Amino acid sequence: MKGRSPGLLSIVAFGYALLYIPIVSVVIYSFNDSRLVTLWGGFSLRWYASLLEDENLVEAALLSFRIAIVSATFATALGAIVALALHRLTRLRGKLLLSGMVTAPLVMPEIITGLALLFLFISMGNLIGWPMNRGATTITIAHITFSMAYVVVVVRSRLAGMDESLEEAAMDLGGRPLAVFFDVTVPMLLPALISGWLLSFTLSLDDLVISSFVSGPGATTLPMYIFAKVRLGVTPDINAITTIIIAMVAVAVSVASIVSSRRRPDAAQ
Amino acid sequence: MSEPAESHDERSLHWLRRAVRVPYFWLLLFFLTPFLIILKISLAEPIVAQPPFTPLLEWGAAGFEGLRVTFSNYAFLFQDGYYGIIYLSSLKMAAIGTLLCLLLGYPMAYYIARQPPGRRHLLLLAVILPFWISFLLRVYAWIGLLNNRGIINEFLLWTGIIDAPLQMLYNDFAVYLGIVYSYLPFMILPLYANLERLDLDLLDAAADLGARRWQAFVDVTLPLSVPGIIGGCLLVFIPAVGEFTIPALLGGADTLMIGRVLWDEFFVNRDWPVASAVSVVLLLLLIAPIMWFQRLQTREHEAAR
Repeated sequence: MKGRSPGLLSIVAFGYALLYIPIVSVVIYSFNDSRLVTLWGGFSLRWYASLLEDENLVEAALLSFRIAIVSATFATALGAIVALALHRLTRLRGKLLLSGMVTAPLVMPEIITGLALLFLFISMGNLIGWPMNRGATTITIAHITFSMAYVVVVVRSRLAGMDESLEEAAMDLGGRPLAVFFDVTVPMLLPALISGWLLSFTLSLDDLVISSFVSGPGATTLPMYIFAKVRLGVTPDINAITTIIIAMVAVAVSVASIVSSRRRPDAAQ
Repeated sequence: MSEPAESHDERSLHWLRRAVRVPYFWLLLFFLTPFLIILKISLAEPIVAQPPFTPLLEWGAAGFEGLRVTFSNYAFLFQDGYYGIIYLSSLKMAAIGTLLCLLLGYPMAYYIARQPPGRRHLLLLAVILPFWISFLLRVYAWIGLLNNRGIINEFLLWTGIIDAPLQMLYNDFAVYLGIVYSYLPFMILPLYANLERLDLDLLDAAADLGARRWQAFVDVTLPLSVPGIIGGCLLVFIPAVGEFTIPALLGGADTLMIGRVLWDEFFVNRDWPVASAVSVVLLLLLIAPIMWFQRLQTREHEAAR
């Protein structure tokens, strides 16, 4: 069974077409001069120019990037610690609870997580006076919490396939635990840490539902801004934003693949 | 059970034992506590105040005076047939969406798993790649495609297959399409992981014994891939039940999904206790599939060791 029947092939082709047609169509129409989405009015960059003039949009994008960078960094650090603890510590009090709390966000409906976190922030505000206002900080906390779960998955799978004899050797040679951790363990985990960070960054940049709940007046993230516009139908400038994001992803993926193919010879030594 | 930690000097991991307290505390505070608060608010009465619900614990001049609990929000959910219908409709739409996803994802995962390693990697990458582009924007892209004056309709009109535009947007069809499109990678990855590990010798043996291709598939491949099917289906079904973005952007006014109703209950009606009760019931509905998924994950981790 090599899987070459025409029936199978056409299903597979349909699947890939389904995945890529929407993306390709948005890219094409972002260069369309016509305001009507379906009519081709010639090549134009006017929607890209209009993006820069939209101050609210630029502000929302900058806020989203700030939140994404901070939350991805914290989520990667905390997630890596949880993954290590779950993997290495045999006797850890409340291990089951920890692994439950860190897997649950993966499957929890966002709408519930968002509502629950909002209630927490309100209760904390009433109880201890913090946070007084909701905004960038509360969104960042929410994003760290759910991104951490994804980092744990990525790092744990790397740990499962990792050779621990190097660390043991470093320990045997008298390395102090923390020094061994930073000199041996962290470099070995680096690919997982990088992909965990990128994943968290993307998830944060993309989150609409949870941000909408835990945000306050004045803090509008990029997805919130886009959602408000898109609810009313197709707008050509959103096509332009999408194209820019696709280009960024394409660059990031190419860089990542070049870096990883360069690293391979080192790993083989 | 042989844990790799035993090979280490446990004392050398002392710092880790301390460090893990930070994320532990973080998750207790920002993940577990919020759900207890939702439970609490769902048992309170709505009042016109800030916050708009009655306190759970009554504090009088003499101190603690008692618990104030009402099940009226839950009674409201059950007496009002509207919510029952929405829960059932969400489960139904998620189930159909998951099934469609499986019907498309299984052949794709199967095909990819049977390719030579180089191509396998590339095809898999092509499945994951769209995931890195904003989910919101990818769902949005379908509006332009499915519109009455959208690309698909214009094309069909041009070819003469139809002479009036098909209503493809703002209905259940668009939501199903959105679910299949958005969650396809989550279906393919666990299926692929399972099918890739599958021992091809078994299939050869089946062929040697005279089994036809289709028969070998039904008798050998399919039963062996059941764990992958369950994993993929849970990964699609659970988030699809509470999905908000897809029904909000692609669904019609009559598309009943609990995520959207919950959003409106909170942002439009501002009825916090009812919104809390709605989410507690949703969570109870999802608890069985979530536990199932957790067990599957744990088993996978143990198998990986």
